[in-house]
Amino acid sequence: MHGTSSRLIVIGGSWGGIQASMKILRALPADYPFPVVLVLHRLRNYEGNLQELYEKKLALKAVEIDDKAPLEAGHLYIAPANYHVLLEKDHTFSLDDSELENYSRPSIDVTFTSAADVFGKNTVGILLSGASKDGSSGLKHIFDKRGTAIVQHPGEAEIAIMPLAAINSTPGCRIMNIEGIQAYLLTLHEH
Amino acid sequence: MKPEQDDLFEQEVEALIKEIHTQYGYDFSGYARASVYRRIKRFLGQKHLHSIDDLRKHLFTDSFFFENFLQEITVNVTEMFRDPTFYKSLRENVLPILSTYPFIKVWDAGCSTGEELFSLAILLEEEGLLGRTKIYATDINQKVLRQAKEGIFSATQVAAYTSAYYAAGGKRDFVTYYTSNYGSVKFDSSLVRNVVFYPHNLATDSSFNEFHLIVCRNVLIYFNRALQDRVFNLFDESLVDLGYLALGKKETLVMSGINDRYDFVDKSNRIYRKNS
Repeated sequence: MHGTSSRLIVIGGSWGGIQASMKILRALPADYPFPVVLVLHRLRNYEGNLQELYEKKLALKAVEIDDKAPLEAGHLYIAPANYHVLLEKDHTFSLDDSELENYSRPSIDVTFTSAADVFGKNTVGILLSGASKDGSSGLKHIFDKRGTAIVQHPGEAEIAIMPLAAINSTPGCRIMNIEGIQAYLLTLHEH
Repeated sequence: MKPEQDDLFEQEVEALIKEIHTQYGYDFSGYARASVYRRIKRFLGQKHLHSIDDLRKHLFTDSFFFENFLQEITVNVTEMFRDPTFYKSLRENVLPILSTYPFIKVWDAGCSTGEELFSLAILLEEEGLLGRTKIYATDINQKVLRQAKEGIFSATQVAAYTSAYYAAGGKRDFVTYYTSNYGSVKFDSSLVRNVVFYPHNLATDSSFNEFHLIVCRNVLIYFNRALQDRVFNLFDESLVDLGYLALGKKETLVMSGINDRYDFVDKSNRIYRKNS
C-alpha cells in the first residue's frame, strides 16, 4: 500500500480554470494534509508546461502525473496532456489513452468518477469555470457516493457553462465562490 | 452503484478474468484494475448488456464476440507521429547511433493497428536505414495485426498526421507515402517490406530475439506494477548492450528493478539506453 491519504481533493476546469484553480491552490500550505489532483482541458499535443507554471506560484509540490505514481499529501498532481487519469485502490495513478470523453482527454468525468470509486465519501470534487459539460456526470457520481460536490459560483466563473451544467445535474451540490472554496479546503483535517 | 454493488461488480469481474484465462488463454490478471473496470462498464453499455452474467453468456458461446471484446478491453486508440518531439528525438538522438550497425533489429511491442509502426518505418526510410532494418511488430490481438499489415487509415486523421509528421522533422512531402481512396488512405506497402507481424502476449510470452531498439509506448499503462516489472525484465533480456528502450511520455522505469541499468537519452520523451 503506497498512499495512506484519508481524503482526496479533485479539481476540474476548462476555459478560465487555470486562473481559478491557481487562486484556490495558492491558499494551501506546503504541509497540506491531502493530495490534490487537477484536471484541466488543454489543446491536444500542446507541449506548454503547466507544471512549471504551478510550481512557481504554489507552496504545494506540483508534479505532472506519471503512470503508477503514488498519491502523497501536500502534492498537486496535474493531469498530463492526452491521457485520462484513473485512481487505483492502492492509491496510485493509472493513465489511460483511450477514446476522448466529452471531446476531451484528459476528461474530468473520468477522473472524478474514478476518484469517487476509490475514495467514496472522502472525495472532495470541485468543478470550476469552463465552456464544456465535462465534469457534470463525474461530480454527480461523487455526490452519489456521499462525497463533497462543490461548484464554482457561475456568476464568478469566467465561463459559466461548466458550473451551470453541474448544478443542473447535481442540484444538491454546494455552490461557492473562490474565497469560500479556499476557506473550506483549509477546514479539512485528517480524521 | 452502491458500495455493495461495486463490490459485487468487482468480484464478478475477477471471476470473469479467471474464466477467460481458462477458456481462451488470455491472462488479464495483471491488468490495471481501474482501467479494466472502466473498459468493461463501457463495453456493457455499448452492447446494451445489463450484467456481467449477460456478458459471460456471450463471451463463452461466441468467439467472434470475444474477439470484439478483446479489442475493446485492450485499448487500440493510436495515431501516427503521436508526440512529434518523441519522433524528432528518435531521429536525432537514436537513429544516428543505430546507423553504425550493419543490420538493425527493432521491436514495436503492442503495435496495435499500425500507426506507430508506419511512423517508425517512415523515419527509418528517411534516414536511409529501412533497407537494413528488420522490424518485429507484435500485438496480443490478431485482428489489429491484420489491420496493421494493411496500413489503411481513416482519411479524417490525415491532416493531423501531416502536421505531426512535419513537427517530427519530416523531410519529404507526406502525401508521397500514401494513396487516397474513398475516405481512407493506404500507406505504401514497401514501408513494411521488412516487417514481421507476429502475435505476442506481453503478459505471458517470453523473449524471442535480440534488438537494438524496443518501442513500447502507452501499452504498459494498462498493466499493474507486477506485470510492468515482468515486461521490463522481458525487454531487458531482449535488448543488446547499449540498446535503446522507448516508452510512452508518462511511463517510467523509476519504480522497476532494471532502472539502474538504464540511462536517459531523452528524459522528457522517456528514451532510455541500456548501459551494460
